[in-house]
Amino acid sequence: MATMVYEKTKALSDTQFHYCPGCTHGVIHKLVGEVLVELGILGDAIGVVPVGCSALAYKYLTCDTHQAAHGRAPAVATGIKRVSPENIVFTYQGDGDLASIGTAEIVHVAHRGEKITTIFVNNAIYGMTGGQMAPTTLIGQKSTTSPEGRTEEHSGKPLKVAEMLATIDGAKFVERVSVHNPAAVRKAKRAIKKAFQCQIEGKGFAIVEVLSTCPTNWGLTPVNALNWLEENMIPYFPLGNLRDFEEAK
Amino acid sequence: MIEKVIVAGFGGQGVMAIGKLLAYAGMLEDKQVSWLPSYGPEMRGGTANCDVIVSDKLIGSPVLTDDATAVIVMNLPSMDKFESHLAKEGKLIVNKSLIHKKATRDDIGVYYIDANEIAAEIGNPKAANMVMLGAFLELTSIVKPESVLEAFTKVFGEDKAKFIPLNAKALEKGAEAVKN
Amino acid sequence: MAKVLMKGNEAVCEAAIRAGCRYFFGYPITPQNEVPEYMSEKLPKVGGVFLQAESEVAAINMVYGAAGAGGRVMTSSSSPGMALKQEGISYIAGAELPCVIVNMMRGGPGLGSIQPGQADYFQATRGGGNGDYRHIVYAPASIQEMVDILMESFDIADIYRIPVLVLGDGMIGQMMEAVEFKEAIPKELPEKDWITTGTKEKRKPNVINSLYLEPELLYEHNLKLEAKHRLIEENEVRYEATGVEDAEVVCVAYGTTARVVKNAMEELEKEGIKVGLIRPITLWPFPNEAFDKINPKAKGLLTVEMSMGQMIDDVKIASNGRWTTDFHGKSGGLVPSPAGVIDAVKKIIGGGK
Repeated sequence: MATMVYEKTKALSDTQFHYCPGCTHGVIHKLVGEVLVELGILGDAIGVVPVGCSALAYKYLTCDTHQAAHGRAPAVATGIKRVSPENIVFTYQGDGDLASIGTAEIVHVAHRGEKITTIFVNNAIYGMTGGQMAPTTLIGQKSTTSPEGRTEEHSGKPLKVAEMLATIDGAKFVERVSVHNPAAVRKAKRAIKKAFQCQIEGKGFAIVEVLSTCPTNWGLTPVNALNWLEENMIPYFPLGNLRDFEEAK
Repeated sequence: MIEKVIVAGFGGQGVMAIGKLLAYAGMLEDKQVSWLPSYGPEMRGGTANCDVIVSDKLIGSPVLTDDATAVIVMNLPSMDKFESHLAKEGKLIVNKSLIHKKATRDDIGVYYIDANEIAAEIGNPKAANMVMLGAFLELTSIVKPESVLEAFTKVFGEDKAKFIPLNAKALEKGAEAVKN
Repeated sequence: MAKVLMKGNEAVCEAAIRAGCRYFFGYPITPQNEVPEYMSEKLPKVGGVFLQAESEVAAINMVYGAAGAGGRVMTSSSSPGMALKQEGISYIAGAELPCVIVNMMRGGPGLGSIQPGQADYFQATRGGGNGDYRHIVYAPASIQEMVDILMESFDIADIYRIPVLVLGDGMIGQMMEAVEFKEAIPKELPEKDWITTGTKEKRKPNVINSLYLEPELLYEHNLKLEAKHRLIEENEVRYEATGVEDAEVVCVAYGTTARVVKNAMEELEKEGIKVGLIRPITLWPFPNEAFDKINPKAKGLLTVEMSMGQMIDDVKIASNGRWTTDFHGKSGGLVPSPAGVIDAVKKIIGGGK
């Protein structure tokens, strides 16, 4: 008799992803979905998806969702959570959305200690619009709007979102993770789970920054993209927990 | 019957307050009323004025430009600014305590009141505005003084009821000042 | 209920709360600050939520979230703040969410002034946001009318799943008038089976969305919105038309400016000059039908606005070349005077002779 060894989470629909080959959005979607199911909150969850590559995530998730304007997902999530505090509300945002156009909104959900969870996917570039420079683009990294590579003099240094938000009292859980290898994926899942637990327990705002790849716009093969992430992004965006509601006194 | 009144002075003289009292009193007498404040960026000090209309008919524009039937001025800048807003035969009620100048127009009725002195005599210098309102009510009879006193707690809160007798006195003294 | 003397800004809130509004997201801006202040005091007392957002942009997106989650929600602002809300209004219209928005207009452009104005007519009726969308715009002329409209607005928003804008100005926001809160008449409202409440894993996911990447699907959505707009144009037009059938000149004015015109009309009548008034109460849909009632032999129309002339475009469309259309207005925070209107009317009559 055949034994089931792997099953796709019921938090994801059968719609085929539009993501490029080797893009790690799919892995992160899966982790979020598995966590929603394992915590038994899929039926209570309301997701808010951004503008960017994951704008269509409402087609992939089987929970209720709102598609938000660029950068405004945290404000939309605030409106939902204030109407339905009993629901589990989360945003899923990229680095152009969260770290550029939506900085005010993300800072102020943290500032208010809004009881929502944010999954922040950082791939150091604008993916959907064709590889433009993001606030998270590394020094020297080439993009379609920094064709000679980003320089500090012209554009400053990449924005460290997790560190910035960890300075805000209302952010009760802040962790940076990666999905470049299986061990990192397992750690990422633990962090995402905890970020939802933070909301379930009513502690305050929780965010997980997930370092992610963009092979297409980085101009790399999927495998080389994973290596590039490990060798270039992690040294500048160190992994680890920055705030944990369980350790807070 | 209609009265279109501009009440003007500097912040803290209670010009907005007597405007509100007048409007509320009008409402209590089932008249149509409007109260329109000037509003500026400053939170304290500066000039303050409001347009109040009390009428038996539906009120058109709540803004008074050159058609005021009465102007109550508590300080000099207000008189300089609003004397021209009076319609012909309108009433200019001047706080003589602070305005040592005569009106320039001769097609209006002018009434000079020692409002600050009268208020001090009855024991509350802050009631100069009520003295002026008393004079206005005596001249126009647009609402009864009793209605103003009834409006008092509605506008300022029940805990201010203890001030009603003093304010009744101020209205009375203001009325006396124009009775002759 | 007995009448109370209330500021427009406060009366608008009281009406909203009595109409069942329980969520308010806003940001301070003069001359509408009494709105968030009143809501912050009263909403928690009725189990509602007031939240001061970090910006008007955030506030309108909170409205988007709250409306999608099924809340009766309102926001308010004044001209420059309304400019910031346009993005969110376009999304709310696109996703077909009900909400009520109040704009107490001030002078512009830019930071402008804090005094009353009507220079947001284009913004309100043409939409400052992107795309093929419309929303209902009410322009009350008195605090009582504003209160009565507010009481109905939430139902209208629910029935059509559309944002409703109540367009006042600094004058109506700051002034006090006697107002009576009438009992809200319960309307039969469509069931909100589209809101996000969590699937409980028992139904298909509900999605609040304005994104349609396939052109054919977006066109289909555009057609659906358009059909709704036509329905609103058929059912929701409101206006006041006074003495237009035998008028020599017909004034067109909305909101507080219409009251200035009424003063002028009274004076002109004393001189034996017959002036009519069309006062649109809905700016969108615009009351085109009111113009069919105008005396065909009238010498002309006079649009009066607290702007440099914006509604006059709609007046020209509605008059369709049947009469000359003149304009009289003041802007920058100044209010037109009855005397100015009287002069403008006399000019039209003189010109016709």
